Amino acid sequence: MPPVLEVRNLTKRFPGITATDAVNFTLEAGEIHAFLGENGAGKSTLMNMLYGLYRPDEGQILLNGQAVQINGANDAIKRGLGMVHQHFMLVPTLTVTENIILGNEVVNGLLIDIASAQQRIRTLAQTFGLDIPVDAVVHDLPVGVQQRVEIVKALYRGADILILDEPTAVLTPQEADDLFVVIKRLKAQGKSIIFISHKLREVLALADRISVLRRGKLVGDTTPDQADEAKLASMMVGRDVVLHIEKRPATPGEVVLDINHLQVADERGNIAVSDVSLQIHRGEIVGIAGVQGNGQTELVAAVTGLIQPLHGTIVVAGADITGQGTNRAIDAGMGHIPEDRQQHGLVLSYSIADNMVLSTYDIAPFATGLIINEAPIAAQATALVQRFDVRTGSIDALASTLSGGNQQKVVVARELARPLNLLVAAQPTRGLDVGSIEFIHKSIVAERDNGTGVLLVSAELDEILALADRILVMYRGQIIAEVPGAGADRNQIGLLMAGITSTGAQA
Amino acid sequence: MSTPPPTPPTSGWRTWGGILLVPVLAIFTALVIGAIIIVATGADVIAAYGGLFMGAIGSPRAIAYTLVEATPYIFGGLAVLIGFRAGLFNIGVEGQIAVGSMCAAVVGAFVSLPPGLHAVVAFIAGALGGALWGAIPGWLRARTGAHEVITTIMFNYIAIRSTDYLIKVPFLDKASSSQRTPFIAEGAQLPFLFGPDYRLHVGFLIAIVAAVATAWILKRTIIGFEIRTTGANPDAAHYAGMNVPRTIILTMALSGLMAGMAGASQVLGLEHNLKASFSAGYGFDSIAIALLAASNPLGVIPAAMFWGALRNGAGLMQLNSGISINLINIVQALVIAFVAADQIVRQIYRIRSARSAGITLSRGWGR
Amino acid sequence: MQNFFTRERIISLIGIITALALLWLVHQSVPNGAISTLRIPYANGKPQDAPLIDIPLPTALTIYVLAGILVGVAIGLMWGKRADLAPAYMGGVIAVVIISILLTAIVNNRTDIVDMLGRMVRLATPITLGALAGILCERSGVVNIAIEGTMLFSACIGFIVSLAFGNSWIGLIAAILAGSAIVMIHAVLSLYYKTDQIISGTVINILAVGVTGYLRTSMILPMEAGGNHGAALPQFDIPLLSSIPVLGPMFFQHRPITYLMLIMVPLVSLMLFRTPWGLRTRAIGEHPRAADTMGINVNRMRYFNVWISGMIAGLAGAWFSLEASYNFDDVMTNGRGFIALAAMIFGNWTPFGALSGALLFSAADALQIKIQGFDFALPSQFVQMLPYVITVVVLAGVIGRARPPAAVGKTYEP
Repeated sequence: MPPVLEVRNLTKRFPGITATDAVNFTLEAGEIHAFLGENGAGKSTLMNMLYGLYRPDEGQILLNGQAVQINGANDAIKRGLGMVHQHFMLVPTLTVTENIILGNEVVNGLLIDIASAQQRIRTLAQTFGLDIPVDAVVHDLPVGVQQRVEIVKALYRGADILILDEPTAVLTPQEADDLFVVIKRLKAQGKSIIFISHKLREVLALADRISVLRRGKLVGDTTPDQADEAKLASMMVGRDVVLHIEKRPATPGEVVLDINHLQVADERGNIAVSDVSLQIHRGEIVGIAGVQGNGQTELVAAVTGLIQPLHGTIVVAGADITGQGTNRAIDAGMGHIPEDRQQHGLVLSYSIADNMVLSTYDIAPFATGLIINEAPIAAQATALVQRFDVRTGSIDALASTLSGGNQQKVVVARELARPLNLLVAAQPTRGLDVGSIEFIHKSIVAERDNGTGVLLVSAELDEILALADRILVMYRGQIIAEVPGAGADRNQIGLLMAGITSTGAQA
Repeated sequence: MSTPPPTPPTSGWRTWGGILLVPVLAIFTALVIGAIIIVATGADVIAAYGGLFMGAIGSPRAIAYTLVEATPYIFGGLAVLIGFRAGLFNIGVEGQIAVGSMCAAVVGAFVSLPPGLHAVVAFIAGALGGALWGAIPGWLRARTGAHEVITTIMFNYIAIRSTDYLIKVPFLDKASSSQRTPFIAEGAQLPFLFGPDYRLHVGFLIAIVAAVATAWILKRTIIGFEIRTTGANPDAAHYAGMNVPRTIILTMALSGLMAGMAGASQVLGLEHNLKASFSAGYGFDSIAIALLAASNPLGVIPAAMFWGALRNGAGLMQLNSGISINLINIVQALVIAFVAADQIVRQIYRIRSARSAGITLSRGWGR
Repeated sequence: MQNFFTRERIISLIGIITALALLWLVHQSVPNGAISTLRIPYANGKPQDAPLIDIPLPTALTIYVLAGILVGVAIGLMWGKRADLAPAYMGGVIAVVIISILLTAIVNNRTDIVDMLGRMVRLATPITLGALAGILCERSGVVNIAIEGTMLFSACIGFIVSLAFGNSWIGLIAAILAGSAIVMIHAVLSLYYKTDQIISGTVINILAVGVTGYLRTSMILPMEAGGNHGAALPQFDIPLLSSIPVLGPMFFQHRPITYLMLIMVPLVSLMLFRTPWGLRTRAIGEHPRAADTMGINVNRMRYFNVWISGMIAGLAGAWFSLEASYNFDDVMTNGRGFIALAAMIFGNWTPFGALSGALLFSAADALQIKIQGFDFALPSQFVQMLPYVITVVVLAGVIGRARPPAAVGKTYEP
């Protein structure tokens, strides 16, 4: 019997880059096939070709031994392919049922037959042990449940091959365990699964077969019993790399950030930060560890003055700045490296020079009274571009023309250019290349050594472990534990991130 | 011998050519379609466009009249353009002009001040009236999120009804048979540049100064930086510590200020009183001029002159060929369509695509 | 400062100021002991016939009570926790203003209130249809501020065709086709050329003013000079239903486009929330990429929805030139297309909500016509302003709570 899916020499080129380079693999019925790779290794491109969103430049896709050309999502669905995207493809304002039947509605006359659709969905959900509330509106559901809706959506369309793109990135370890049970049940029912991840342990625990992608090429094809974490890691990265930053022990000074009983609501008015008190001293990096969506974003927004907290106080270097806006926070000596550099950190249609003075344009020497002085702005930009190694032809180049790493260096340079009391860094290296990550980490440590207090929020536990002098674990809007940064235990923090506090942490 | 450094992409005639190319071709295409409409109506294209041309720039007096027509368009175009730069769409220029001219007419006719000073005070009153009328929708946008596209239009109707009442009841010139305010004091008039025959008045010079000042404010001041940043990325402006709501209100006030000056200059320089149903579609014309100027304040001057020429020449066109002056409105709308969707012009004339000004207004109705 | 003035408190303050203004109005123009009488006639009665019932109301006292309620609710709203009541309160303020002005205008006199209610429904027709057109576009993710221009253009074309054939039904069809044609300029500019959707809508609004002005002078005036052909769409009274008191004149004694409007509100609601087309429309306006991965062609559906919305706006345009009058004037739509958008926002992008918003505006319009015959303290210009002021107040008060479709105004590139 031919394999369910076979890919031969699949190649896709984008201007300046070969995203996938002659990739070959097969997927057998009832198999879990994992794809490992760093960001930009070509995993998404490969999956988008399978799902018909990109047309391959070379190579063949065979389904059950038949060469096929997949024209768009509709065609992929018809051929029994289902995809659970990393960013869920659910319409938040529609109900679970509406989302599942969208594009494939059961009609009774002209109207949608909701009752019989729900009957089908319930049956399906029961078969695979997927518990979903069919009448709930999607934006009210927890992330884990939304993911189950995505899976049911694919099954509803008769998918035999399920592609799961980084499915655990947004889950707590516990939710991830639930997902693994589901995946195994799907396998037992004869579904074939492609599982994309960059988390080694998961892949080893779950997969029947493992393919490793690096820079568009398939560099390894193995099974869990032939591989271990170290082997997979070096295959993924191409060399033995461990994230490690040289830093001296911290010498904390006086308190520079003092948060007391902070309570913050999210955009929809739900309490996201329920009661947080913390202190940061000069010359230390405090890392907030936690699974995404446990209130970190709202904590940062309140501290930096973007939103008003419901209760509590925020004092920076002796000045109470609670709810007084971003300008007040900047005046108190706060620097902010925001999560989303393109949307919040930069004006992409501005030159590098203008971006470098985005928060200091109105003070000397960049302005005299109401008038802007171009010469000092240019001088500042030239100096910062050099100091922070921003790779660009000219300080007049638009920020939109820079690579992600260089864009982030512009943000970091701007924020570190003025004397700071406190630096708030939210996901400072997300999606960057290794070189930029290293540079930004060194810059943050150097700023600490200058006596600035640093609040570091990151979803990458490795980043927290590498940089933080103290680690606070955030879970459901609260700080549930504090761990010293030196010698912190990865597994222990992992459990804390899932809300399990029984293993001897100082709460 | 060393090779000269490569020319930076922001200077040289090529760039100016690039900036001018699309508007000029848009105008040309619109005129061609206008000609097709003229032919379809069975009229003589040569007579029509000949009349348009002669009426617009056929004599020194025609040129002066064209500049007179262009004056309010310069102010109005600047008003819309300032909004564009902050990502705001001020469709309320019409109403702001009405309020500005009302204020100027009342101060000009009902207040006594020394000559000269009177004109200055009346002009400022008109400008501030417009600024206030623009600032209110700005405030509503900043504080409540009510979209300025709808509120400014509503404020047009409110302004027009209010001034209609004020002209017909409290400030009516009872000595006159027509419904208008009294003539303003002679000392409140803006002087004519070449005597009353040519009608060209100081308001035109103020408009030129306003255009230069707008360019300078946008490029070289803190306020301009805030306006541009708010327009380019309001989130980044907020993150960088700028007061975005204040900038929105200020921008709308500045925009209304320009419109108010248009009204003041018409009343104090040209009409010398205010008639019921005074303003004539300046609001939409101003949008066209701002788009034609490609968001460049100095570009507003030639764009407004072109518009003034169309308006001024339309009369002779109608006289010579019997074509309704409304044809000019069609040509105008086509020009806007082609400038707004510059891809169409580029497609017709096979010009390579360039980075466009990229105005973003439709951010939805809420905040 | 900024914290104290929440949206609810601002609305409450507006309510209190309105109440005070009403008290001042009463003080100024209502004599002591004055009575205003609201008359409800028989459904098919003539004006001189005996009424079904006359409701005498003590003018001053009634307004005092209404103003008192406004203030009371305002205070509750200011310190209560029910922010969600604010839009309803605002609707209440507007209703009280309209009733108070009516009572003051007819002081020591009486007026036929049913006639005003019927006119309210009639005048709500173009606003509701315009709002439905807006809903179809915006639910699919396209901002359409071109409704005003679309209405104006179809009013003009419909009238020309009607004059030419001497048949207003043919004119009606022509108006619908004209609307669906001109709106495609918006669709092509915004969906194909990716022009900013507000700019491309403005292009149509300006184009419509120019083209209709040109057509009026070059075609309509000569045609009319050659003798008037045809007549406005006729009124149909629905048998039996039209003789129900109050409800008959309100809903069953109308002309065709008004009936169509009354049918289309529930129809569009049903289609939007119960059919596959409606589900897909809502999905592509909210999260187009999700819909795309489910095999829905986002841009093709957007073209289709904009096209249908042009037809509905065309119908609304025909109301002006073929139903409400048999005539075409320059810019005769007078901002109704923009008010329709405000009604759409007020109604939170639902058909029934839009109808209720439209009725608020048309009530102000109907009031203005009603009190023309009476001696009233305020100058007519101020009463004429009322719909526009209401639009601003509604927008300012509702926006924060209304939630537009998330993808509205954004071009989608698959």
